[in-house]
Amino acid sequence: MSEMIEIRWHGRGGQGAKTASQLLADAAFMSGKYVQSFPEYGPERSGAPITAYNRISEERCSIHSNIYEPDYVAVVDETLLDSVNVTAGLKAHGAVIINTEKNPEELRAKLHGYEGRICTIDARAISQKHLGAYFPNTPMLAAVVAVSKCVDPYEFLKDMETSYRHKFAKKPQVVEGNLKCLSEAMKGVKG
Amino acid sequence: MSIRDRLSGNEAIATAMRQINPDVFAMFPITPSTEIPQYFAQYVADGKVDTEFITVESEHSSLSACMGAEAAGCRAVTATSSAGLAYMNEVLYVAASSRLPIVLAVSCRALTGPININHDYSDSMAERDSGFIQIYAENNQEAYDNYLQAHRIAETADVRLPIMICEDGFITSHAIENIELEEDDAVKAFVGEYKPEHYLLKEENPLAVGPYGVSGYYMEARVAQAEAMKNAKRAILDVAADFERTFGRKYGLIEEYCMEDAELAIVLMGSSAGTAKAAVNELRAQGVKAGLVKVRVFRPFPGEEIAQAISHCKAVAVLDKSEGFSGCGGPLFAETASMCINLEKRPKMVDIVYGLGGRDFTVDHAKRVYRRLEKIVATGEVGPIYSHMGQRDLREDVQ
Repeated sequence: MSEMIEIRWHGRGGQGAKTASQLLADAAFMSGKYVQSFPEYGPERSGAPITAYNRISEERCSIHSNIYEPDYVAVVDETLLDSVNVTAGLKAHGAVIINTEKNPEELRAKLHGYEGRICTIDARAISQKHLGAYFPNTPMLAAVVAVSKCVDPYEFLKDMETSYRHKFAKKPQVVEGNLKCLSEAMKGVKG
Repeated sequence: MSIRDRLSGNEAIATAMRQINPDVFAMFPITPSTEIPQYFAQYVADGKVDTEFITVESEHSSLSACMGAEAAGCRAVTATSSAGLAYMNEVLYVAASSRLPIVLAVSCRALTGPININHDYSDSMAERDSGFIQIYAENNQEAYDNYLQAHRIAETADVRLPIMICEDGFITSHAIENIELEEDDAVKAFVGEYKPEHYLLKEENPLAVGPYGVSGYYMEARVAQAEAMKNAKRAILDVAADFERTFGRKYGLIEEYCMEDAELAIVLMGSSAGTAKAAVNELRAQGVKAGLVKVRVFRPFPGEEIAQAISHCKAVAVLDKSEGFSGCGGPLFAETASMCINLEKRPKMVDIVYGLGGRDFTVDHAKRVYRRLEKIVATGEVGPIYSHMGQRDLREDVQ
């Protein structure tokens, strides 16, 4: 199962880290993979740190534990860096992908001695520009695909268009904005 | 043709319910089973089912409403977890002794306290004497498949017992994974129409439900109920065989994984079995003769089958995901060990209680259990028969 990719999402309750992990599972599923997407639940409080996980593989994965040594870590809210050790267990060949307007090296000091790859994406700016509001999920999803290549980026954009046209059949005006979010975020990853 | 999809365990069970289109769904929500009636309510609103969807004020009432519907000759279903199942306790016994084949989906969750919404089997294990059949799933696929088989097992003429279809709360209920769904028509054909022989208002042969059982008759009713539970073993295997012929996926009372020549074995249930299989694969690659027995059916208890499967092992650990507070081990261990009592040659056995209130169970935990078994074989010393694994303080833990 060496080809299995494991991803851990850090967000705050209500920001949609769980939804982002589900969207990534959807994208990987559409590309023919086996997927797992699951949240780690505690007392449900809006704004509290939450964790969600993905496993993406060529064969069905029978493991049903949390992920302690992820290949990639996605941080939906950069203020979490002050309270959560987000890179704990992150594999040396992997990367942490952080939603921030800062450059990657500006954040290294907050990562508890982590020496690996840091990627950043300004999900707020991209979301504000194309959706007119702050929905960090869509740009974060694209950034994770761009960095991890857990699904083929070209196929990903095609599949997401199909998925959005289905999901927003009654609101076709939002499809374009979401697609622009995805393509701009895929090109906008720093690091 | 199977349909490739990805669903959580809860949505998989709700999908099975939609395909079966039961006559009555009496619902009261509780985490983590709430999504099951939530999805089903959408099917009702969309006209995809013609089920009578009854919102009641408690779990005691939801199961009571199911009893009334089943007594009238209808198929009735509900879903619950944890305190909700505990609140059903009284009615579970009445439903089972009234021989009403209700199908109850349980997203298993810890009982209070401290209050906790996460997974263990303290809720379903507390109801092991209720007279319900209990089937447990390793993942969303098994939750769906078990549900498709549930009505037929429960409604079998010489069984007629209610059934719990159990999945692991959150771990299975809320995890989205790939799944093979079956076509609606194929499911309906497999499950079939419910034509009960007896029901309340049957004109030519009306039935009384819930009469007083005087001492002169009570025991006969209980013995008949016990016989029905024994018959359920055969019914479960018959339905599984037809399920395999129809849909191609094979099920038994237990699943033996790498057991043929196993010297070290774990006996466990649910999603942890999948995690432990990964440990078995790693250990097998290193030449360790490890195996595991997954207990799919807990009621009726497949004691002879488990004993047979582990009889040739040198050391066996039973993993209990409920404490039980007997002071000497959990219920899976007690029942497994008791069924080995008359084996000519039997393995050394220990119980490990783990995973309480959502405490995670990893591949490394499973490997730690096999290391403990290796030590038992090497030294001949069993050590503590009953211990707890996955504690915060590792000094207290299984080494």
